[in-house]
Amino acid sequence: MPVFYGTTIDSALMLGTAGYPSPKILTDAFARSGAGIATVSLRREAGGGQDFWALIQSLEVRLLPNTAGCHSARDAVTTAHMAREVFDTDWIKLEVIGHADTLQPDVFELVEAARILSAEGFSVFPYCTEDLVVCERLLDAGCHVLMPWGAPIGSGLGLNNPHGLRALRAAFPDVPLVVDAGIGLPSHAAAAMEMGYDAVLLNSAVARAGDPAAMAAAMADAVRAGRAAYLADPMERTDMAVPSTPVIGRAFL
Amino acid sequence: MTGTVTVLGGGVMGLCVATELTRRGIPAAVRDTLPGPNACSWWAGGMLAPWCEGETADPAVTRHGLGAADWWQDQGVPVTRNGTLVVSLSRDGGALTRFARRSQGHRMLDAPGVAALEPDLGTRFSRALFFESESHLDPRQALAILSGRLPRSEAASGQVIDCRGLSARDALRDLRGVRGEMVVIRCPDLSLSRPVRLLHPRMPLYVVPRGGGVFMLGATMVESDGRGPPTARAVLELLSAAFALHPAFAEAEVLELGADARPAFPDNLPRIRRVGGTLYANGLYRHGFLLAPAVARMVADHLQHQTRPEFMDADHD
Repeated sequence: MPVFYGTTIDSALMLGTAGYPSPKILTDAFARSGAGIATVSLRREAGGGQDFWALIQSLEVRLLPNTAGCHSARDAVTTAHMAREVFDTDWIKLEVIGHADTLQPDVFELVEAARILSAEGFSVFPYCTEDLVVCERLLDAGCHVLMPWGAPIGSGLGLNNPHGLRALRAAFPDVPLVVDAGIGLPSHAAAAMEMGYDAVLLNSAVARAGDPAAMAAAMADAVRAGRAAYLADPMERTDMAVPSTPVIGRAFL
Repeated sequence: MTGTVTVLGGGVMGLCVATELTRRGIPAAVRDTLPGPNACSWWAGGMLAPWCEGETADPAVTRHGLGAADWWQDQGVPVTRNGTLVVSLSRDGGALTRFARRSQGHRMLDAPGVAALEPDLGTRFSRALFFESESHLDPRQALAILSGRLPRSEAASGQVIDCRGLSARDALRDLRGVRGEMVVIRCPDLSLSRPVRLLHPRMPLYVVPRGGGVFMLGATMVESDGRGPPTARAVLELLSAAFALHPAFAEAEVLELGADARPAFPDNLPRIRRVGGTLYANGLYRHGFLLAPAVARMVADHLQHQTRPEFMDADHD
């Protein structure tokens, strides 16, 4: 089970709370997912979202507020301060958007915001790319978790750069790693877990499914299967067929 | 039952309840100001689109929304029965396929089919979903017609039916606000005969023609009970989406910007609830004009025949 900033979470599935057909369906999806962490956005609802936040708090999972919609380190730091007040937690999913079309993170502002917030005592979960150097800088800035994207937010494209994600796992064997964004199917989530990732964070794949609660359950199964497969030490891939029964001497007797 | 009824709240819910009771011979008076910007139905789109809403909404919304157009027409409210057109931008073609898969009551049109229905859209869209049986009305006209026929009351006497929308949160603790923002523009260069919905992963839009070159663009959905003016971001998104639908919208005059919060329960379905002597009808969410007639009928049935309607969830002293 993943350990983030000293806290053990009893599920490797982290679920977002945006875009569900209704709060009731959101609640059902969380119940079926067994998710241990809920991310929640602060920005758009600023000044009137108390009812929705109260509902999220009633989910009885650990809350991870995010800085979705922020475009600079300054914005993100301000939003993190608000989130700490509203949700009474030092945990913050740090998201600094750099590109309007792809919602790709602005990694320069991200590192700056991570440094400021870590120094202020926040436990920072940075939404980043799979760039090794950026990830090193984030660790230097005080992060103890990395959350590289699988693909652009809401795209459902899966893991666009499996090699890069695998390289990241190999480079930081002791840092909790979470694939955040881009997951559209349970197979994507399972693939991330099979690589040894500690958790996956997804939202649209469940919220925009025709039956969100059923998809949440499917994601939970996939995450469990992927983790179990990783721990079982999968066989190596080979280019040549390797029969499981001997071929030579088949008609020996 | 006999005796008088006082309806609290002069938005679409209150006016429909009072109208339905009156037509059944039960005198009902409304205690509220005349329809205006204080009611969130003032800012509504007025689409009677049970099939389109069924894409994400509970099947009950479609089932109970199907009779709305007839009800409104029976009250003398002009209803335009030209259907709904649903389109998506070419880079987001999967959205239309998904919408078709998750909804009913439509047929797919090709580019000439779209152009035949809405000549001004021409061949901008290679395909579109046409929900032929849907309709729309002008919400402010509808509110004025109902309101003009109903007596008003200074005091609450007799059976009280509380239809105050979000203001009833003092008694309905599970009610929340879902903020919506809208824009009204005049664009005489463009003519549309029916509501057009543009599917977009980030900024979905509907355009409702109001006649005379006036269009209503709506509407955002934000989990917030804030009722302040629209944000720049909301207006930017609505206008950008409209521009993507047709570049002629860039030349439109902006007549009005509006925002309010819709009353909604956790499953986004309406509720009828009796607490003590008061009967509450609330939680129409984004389906005010679509569901108010059905909820009003349920309220009237309950008062007349003591039935327990589908949307009734509590009946206690």
